[in-house]
Amino acid sequence: MKKFLTAILFAPVLAFAAGATLHLDSAPDKSSDMAALQNGAKIFVNYCLNCHSASYMRYNRLQDIGLTDAQIKDNLLFTAEKVGEPMKIAMQRAEAKVWFGAAPPDLTIIARARASEHGSGADWLYTYLRSFYRDENRPTGWNNVIFENVGMPHVLWELQGEQVMGADHKLALAKPGKMKPQEYDAMVGDLVAYLKYMGEPVGEFRKKLGVIVLIFLAVIFVFAYALKREYWKDVH
Amino acid sequence: MSKVNAILQGTLNWVDERFPLTSNWKAHLSEYYAPKNFNFWYFFGSLAMLVLVIQIVTGIFLTMHYKPDAALNASGVPVAFASVEYIMRDVSWGWLIRYMHSTGASAFFVVVYLHMFRGLLYGSYRKPRELIWLFGIGIFLCLMGEAFFGYLLPWGQMSFWGAQVIVNLFSAIPLIGPDLSIWLRGDYVVGDATLNRFFAFHVIAMPLVLIGLVGAHIIALHEVGSNNPDGVEIKKKKDANGIPLDGIPFHPYYTVKDIVGVVVFLFVFSIVVFFMPEGGGYFLEYNNFFPADPLVTPPHIAPVWYFTPYYSLLRAVTYPLFGIDAKFWGVVAMGAGTLIFAFLPWLDRSPVKSIRYRGPITKWLLSIWIVGFFILGFLGTKDPAYKFFGFIPGAPVAQLLSLYYFLFFLTMPIWSSLDRCKPEPDRVTTK
Repeated sequence: MKKFLTAILFAPVLAFAAGATLHLDSAPDKSSDMAALQNGAKIFVNYCLNCHSASYMRYNRLQDIGLTDAQIKDNLLFTAEKVGEPMKIAMQRAEAKVWFGAAPPDLTIIARARASEHGSGADWLYTYLRSFYRDENRPTGWNNVIFENVGMPHVLWELQGEQVMGADHKLALAKPGKMKPQEYDAMVGDLVAYLKYMGEPVGEFRKKLGVIVLIFLAVIFVFAYALKREYWKDVH
Repeated sequence: MSKVNAILQGTLNWVDERFPLTSNWKAHLSEYYAPKNFNFWYFFGSLAMLVLVIQIVTGIFLTMHYKPDAALNASGVPVAFASVEYIMRDVSWGWLIRYMHSTGASAFFVVVYLHMFRGLLYGSYRKPRELIWLFGIGIFLCLMGEAFFGYLLPWGQMSFWGAQVIVNLFSAIPLIGPDLSIWLRGDYVVGDATLNRFFAFHVIAMPLVLIGLVGAHIIALHEVGSNNPDGVEIKKKKDANGIPLDGIPFHPYYTVKDIVGVVVFLFVFSIVVFFMPEGGGYFLEYNNFFPADPLVTPPHIAPVWYFTPYYSLLRAVTYPLFGIDAKFWGVVAMGAGTLIFAFLPWLDRSPVKSIRYRGPITKWLLSIWIVGFFILGFLGTKDPAYKFFGFIPGAPVAQLLSLYYFLFFLTMPIWSSLDRCKPEPDRVTTK
């Protein structure tokens, strides 16, 4: 009977594993690589923060990734006056909607929103930013493998070059960009690491604190259990 | 030292003459005799109270910064959604309080489901504990309401569309349905009016009823005394002082034991809060990190995991009856699925209470029911077109299991009295 129960309980898990279809490349984990995060922040403010806001993220929060207020002001503070302000943009949403068909979404927590059963949000973004290809049927001239008919053009095309969709439904680099494919992948990896950080700036601290909390609770458990044993000695 | 004691005793006497402090302490703790053979399953009652306290305390602090406002801010984000991110980033320790609250919601259902399962295992709903059980069902229903109202507040895509789907269900009720759903929403679509009233229900109306019911649940329990894994009444065998032979004072024995349970619970709870606050997309749904957008319907709207078994019951009904839409009968099935627990004390006709002394029929039927409940829950998270292993269609499986869900209860008077039970012991057993 126990075997029957285990078999049935695990059946959905196995069935679930068999269901995945969308294939995502896994993003490199750079969540504690400060140089990569700083590079990602630089790319973000240069390439993304013109059309996309990050309105819950304050510039001076970037101290988390090893930058000083002065460094932030000198190198990254493009869209605000004060370092304590959030990363907003000047573009009006109503106008953006006319230009692109949809207002570009706020990117602060995009790395959390894009997670799914197919992979983490970082995996999705890492795949997405490397899956643009030329498509003359689209108004922007670009399309994307995992986000079909996306409104966004390939903003990083100068760096990556131009990909085309082959008859075998695989992407090929038709015109090389400023970066070699490995360099481009590493750069996108940095950007995605930054987006992941921005989605939850407290994420790394949260895990460190969690270890301390669990150690504390483990110690408390020893005392709590000893106390229980002592009291229950006289229950027969 | 004796002077200090005298002052303390004097103060206590002063209070006791004006408020029944000592007598209540005795009645509910130091001289409340609980069976000595409580096992693992008996931790979840006190843990449910702990989670209630966690939810109330974290909830109070969340309301200090949360704004129930569906209007868009200058960046085009709903104020309510942005205020949650503000709590996550700019409020000191706001992230911890918010994760405790969101994890606490799921933890509440985990411990309450386990607590209810304990009742099923050991017949805790049987005479003379029918009212404890009914108050408990009331708590369960309130909890579902509380969770439903609270889930709208972050104002993400799943919040919005989940509420839209559930409120729309009421429109299936003949005659009054459409007006009723507008009345509930306060608008033609889920909007600012809905958000504000759900906020009011979530932070005051439901918690107030919940606390009242928890009080009644415990008062009723302490009136008749706790059941135990053997399902025998300890009050039948008392010593010369009128104390049950198999009873031990709740305090200190079960207080020190429950502290161990609390620490273990907090360990597991902390693993989720600190290392997987999204719970793999089941505790915080990924799609809910997109702000609510009335113009973009998500391809797949799934309720949070604790509602999914009932969501499966709802979807299982696909044919109209008596000229009324199938949706209405789905709502009836979902409602009946939660309310049917209330009839257990009168459906169960077994001569014994505990699963330990019940026969194979009960053991098999209950096991299948539990497994079915899990599968219904799993299917409730999936699209109706979902197939097990890619070829067994989920929808008919859910229909079959939904039928079993109800037949289990409806035929209980028959099979519970037919089962070959073992004789109950006179006294409780340990190990």
